[in-house]
Amino acid sequence: MSALYLTLLLPLIGTLLFGVIGHWRSAGTLNLLICIAGFVCSLQLALNIFNQGPMLSPGKLFYIDAFNVYLILLNAFVGMTTAVFSRPYMAHEREIGRVDDGRMRLYHSMYQGFLLTMLVALSTNNLGILWVSIEGATLATVLLVSLYRTPESIEAGWKYFILCGVGIAQALFGTVLVYFAAERILPGSDDSLLWSVLYQHATQLEPAVLLLAFGFLLVGYGTKVGLVPLHNWLPDAHSEGPTPMSAILSGLLLNIALYALVRFKMIIDPALENDLAGRMMMGFGLLTFTLAGLLLHRQRDIKRMFSYSSIEHMGLMTFAFGIGGPLATFGALLHMIVHSLTKSSIFVTVGHIAHVAGTQSIDGIRGLIKTQPMVGWCFLLGTVAIAGFPPFGVFTSEFLLFSATIKSWPWLVIPLLSGLAVAFSGLFRHVQPMVFGEQPAGQDAIDANMWPVVLHLLLVLLLGIAIPDVLSRWLDQATIMVVGRGLL
Amino acid sequence: MSFPLLTFSEQLILTLAALILFSSFLLLAQTRMIGLIHTFAWQGVLLFAATVLMASSSGHHHLFISAALTLGLKVFFIPWQLRRLVVRLDIRRSVETVGGSSLVMIAAGALTLFSYYVVLPIRELSLLATRNTIAISLAVVLIGMLMIITRRKAVAQVIGFMSMENGLFFAAVVSTYGMPMVVELGVAFDVLVAAVLFGIFFFQIRSGIGSLDVDHLNRLTEVDK
Repeated sequence: MSALYLTLLLPLIGTLLFGVIGHWRSAGTLNLLICIAGFVCSLQLALNIFNQGPMLSPGKLFYIDAFNVYLILLNAFVGMTTAVFSRPYMAHEREIGRVDDGRMRLYHSMYQGFLLTMLVALSTNNLGILWVSIEGATLATVLLVSLYRTPESIEAGWKYFILCGVGIAQALFGTVLVYFAAERILPGSDDSLLWSVLYQHATQLEPAVLLLAFGFLLVGYGTKVGLVPLHNWLPDAHSEGPTPMSAILSGLLLNIALYALVRFKMIIDPALENDLAGRMMMGFGLLTFTLAGLLLHRQRDIKRMFSYSSIEHMGLMTFAFGIGGPLATFGALLHMIVHSLTKSSIFVTVGHIAHVAGTQSIDGIRGLIKTQPMVGWCFLLGTVAIAGFPPFGVFTSEFLLFSATIKSWPWLVIPLLSGLAVAFSGLFRHVQPMVFGEQPAGQDAIDANMWPVVLHLLLVLLLGIAIPDVLSRWLDQATIMVVGRGLL
Repeated sequence: MSFPLLTFSEQLILTLAALILFSSFLLLAQTRMIGLIHTFAWQGVLLFAATVLMASSSGHHHLFISAALTLGLKVFFIPWQLRRLVVRLDIRRSVETVGGSSLVMIAAGALTLFSYYVVLPIRELSLLATRNTIAISLAVVLIGMLMIITRRKAVAQVIGFMSMENGLFFAAVVSTYGMPMVVELGVAFDVLVAAVLFGIFFFQIRSGIGSLDVDHLNRLTEVDK
């Protein structure tokens, strides 16, 4: 229990500390230290849950089970490695004068605030608090998107704010409807918005209300997941903000919104007694997957390109959770991990690339492998991994997803496979000249710390070759939580 | 459902709901910035009245706290802050021309009908006044969304955003006597932070593009040309 409180308390302290004191020279190092301490606490938390099973906090405000604890761990881990990258990156931005001390203060404070809201969203048991903290995550990052104060970044920030605000308002309406349904069977109880309570009484809930609620929730949280046609904010927010933000937005925030959706689906499925919710997710997921793959081809900005790749993968995961069943769910949970690790490592590399080339435009980036082989190779391998090549972990999870699809919806494999091929060609037509092209004159290597990237890619490789027994049992527990049956 | 069968407080709630919906239509039609802010404050007053009424008639006393929050945030703080910003940015007199305003009003009417249609299948509601109020709160949310879509001025979009929030709050108050207290407080906190952030954004937009007209925010496109 204390591990959980510490995990949540550390980023809270960080937010206040950086906010009150302001920026000083070693703030980046302290940011990193807080993240490391947070990671250690979450590791302890994960071990506790693994040994003792699900845990409900005394006030029933927090509920930790296999499903959310692995996301908490992932969150803390990616938060930590991104902080490693963020320290020199932001120091560089400060040096070249793109940000001043006031904005550095905002940046560090909101970095911690963002981690805090995501951890609260994951660990809370109260569906209202879940909404509050996901909205809080938007609020924490919206000023970071416009941190550079260029007209583009202000536009991106405004779009992000309005679109996500409007979207997430629909989710609140859905939550109110769920609460309304719960009030009928548990009148006057303050517990009727608690997930653990709703899960127990799911079969008694009124199906008509819940179906309506799920429509609103899917639109609302779907906006945050980046589902087409509500994805417009995502490439803008990812491309205009500072790169460490892009790494954690892409790697973590999208997962959290999808997590919220799956939590609601777990209540709604038994109540509806059919798989209508799943069908809706499959439809949206497939549409997103296909369209994002096509849009990849038409991008000129390297960060925008990879944010479309994120949309594509989120679509695939939504689709997989929609199929349901142990195999697809196991695949989707694994895909959440490998996508987060790979995508955040790619964004970190892209941050270095932008410093090497001095631009984010794909046309301006050439010959990376000659200028700085380490960055070039990491970039190439990261892209290979995200495109789903063996032996990387993305291949494993996609393979599981496809096997599940063949079992239940054989003909849907055709759009899935062609979508993958389209996305693959889109990525490589841009990445190949960036890595192997003729390097422009005057392009020099920079001082780049690549170990977070190497660590992430090694982990993804490990997950592709042999998933550790601990992790597979753990994911299996989560699968049992979500669909009622395990895979192993 | 026949009206005289309802208790007096239910009838009052229904009247207030109708007025809140009416104020949403007013917001949609209002083109002057200051008038817009005042209309929004009046919508807050109606919401406050409805919350107090629900609190006293149902005996859910924690609703009084929500009512106080509404009064503080939606009637005083947010309109005051918006007004101050409008004065400081010197757009007090600016009038916004809304393209196809009669079409927009018809669309809002259609959205209201649609909201009634959406809540129709909920059979538990058939005998209660709640069906009306849920439909109306959904209509307020959707009209707020319509307002964000049709308006070009950043201030008007913020008002649309906040009136959506009003609709959500009204839904929670009338259908479930408010959300649990922690959630209410959390939502109020988010609204407060959002209001402050909007203010910061006005200045950023103004200094970035020299106007508060969001039509000028058009540099980012889905496919680069």
